[in-house]
Amino acid sequence: MESHRIVEQTAREAYGRLLSYLTVHWRNPQDVEDALGDAFLSALEAWPMTGIPDKPEAWLLTIARRRLIDRARRSRVSAEALPTLLAMAEDARLLNASGAELPDERLAMMLLCAHPAIDPAMRTPLMLQTVLGLDAARIASAFIVKPATMSQRLTRVRAKIRAERLTFESADAMDTAEITARLDSVLEAVYAVYGTGWGEAAGNEATGGGLAGGGLAKEAVELGRLLLRFVPGEPEAYGLLALMLHCEARREARHDGEGNYVPLAEQDCARWDRGMIAEAERLLHAASQAGRIGRYQLMAAIQSVHAQRLWTGRTEWDALAQLYEGLVRMQPTLGACVSRAAAVAEAYGADRGMDLLASIPAENVVSYQPYWALAGHLYKRMHRHDEARSAYGRAIGLSADGSVRRFLSRQLAELSKLP
Amino acid sequence: MNYTLMFYESQEDFAARTDPERQEAYLAGWTHYVHALREAGIVVFGSGLYAPETAATVKRRGGDMVVQDGPFPETKEQLGGIFVIDVPDMDAALEWAARGPVDTVEVRQNIPALK
Repeated sequence: MESHRIVEQTAREAYGRLLSYLTVHWRNPQDVEDALGDAFLSALEAWPMTGIPDKPEAWLLTIARRRLIDRARRSRVSAEALPTLLAMAEDARLLNASGAELPDERLAMMLLCAHPAIDPAMRTPLMLQTVLGLDAARIASAFIVKPATMSQRLTRVRAKIRAERLTFESADAMDTAEITARLDSVLEAVYAVYGTGWGEAAGNEATGGGLAGGGLAKEAVELGRLLLRFVPGEPEAYGLLALMLHCEARREARHDGEGNYVPLAEQDCARWDRGMIAEAERLLHAASQAGRIGRYQLMAAIQSVHAQRLWTGRTEWDALAQLYEGLVRMQPTLGACVSRAAAVAEAYGADRGMDLLASIPAENVVSYQPYWALAGHLYKRMHRHDEARSAYGRAIGLSADGSVRRFLSRQLAELSKLP
Repeated sequence: MNYTLMFYESQEDFAARTDPERQEAYLAGWTHYVHALREAGIVVFGSGLYAPETAATVKRRGGDMVVQDGPFPETKEQLGGIFVIDVPDMDAALEWAARGPVDTVEVRQNIPALK
């Protein structure tokens, strides 16, 4: 059993790298996935008996390459495929013979996922599948979509990549303007991966594990680190990683011992991860050197202000209000508008926060839970108890997370003790 | 497009409906959810069902009708109520299902009414 776990873990670490490498060279994601699937199956059968090879990636690459050769023979495309197969054979040989590592094509893969011809809504799922190796069912769950639907959508996207011969060229072959344009989409997708995994309680990863388990947030952080390695000059990549690390630093503190949700303002800072906070601060500082502010740096700066409570014992709400003001001007998303109202309410009073909330068009917030949770909180502070009850009730009805639902129910229960 | 959300409740859920100690908390979960659904303006129809013990099932066996008590207890969870909602697509319907106060919700699209 133990050996199976190690096999799975090794396989998992190699999957994204191999899939990216093979796809970039072979260009047909479906073939690659099948070949790689076979290779992993062989590994699961062989490794528990033979032990994990010294170079697991080379081992897997060799098998996958053989499958691709078989396939090329059957479909009579060998002549066309020969140069690629030879190059792969050379890579596999180098990999085996020296300390060399498999060329890391994951950035090329991420940039491909952000290709302008690919539906923006599918970029994140495609990245989850190709770079992280998540299966369609898991991706479907993360986005609350029917597994069969997600699977069909992914198949369609891959068919499109193949039919339209969307380019897989390596990052250094692309010009800077093209990379910058696509990088925005990549950052957005990585942030979406993080957002999807944000709510998972600490410790979920431990029970889940493997390809199907939780830990999406951790994967997003890894992607963020990977990006940094490839685009060291991009301040927004630093900003995004800083933002994710600041949020990750508080994961343990977001739930108490009984699994109850604890909002940021009530969190015990002693449970925050100081190492991650320090790293996030360093990254944010490095980003600021470029003198080019962006939304991720701003969001990271906001989290950095919250983190200061660790040393000062207090939260600078006026600084937060100002940063959110900047964020809303740059990108007036619903989330940013609601958060700005929250910060303004803390800094300058519930009335002013409420005014900002009221300025958001009603049709946009019909089913937006954070809006109603904040409205409940502000009405309560303004002693408008009936409105507070109604808003909290709506927030509870819109929560998909049980621990958040319980938290809001407690707020509501406190309210009924008041006149 | 109309979708039916079918809420499956466990034995414990059904018991909580009438247990004085748990009733209030249990019903509150539903009240808030129904409130949110109604405020969103998507409800076509909704109704809770009495507990499965009160049910009877009619089944044709060969040429004979057989009536028996309760639904078939194949699963631990039983249908406890339904909502028909009008939303643009399956994804939106699933999102609403995920907010429900019970652990299992089946979602299916309704066949449009015959003209």
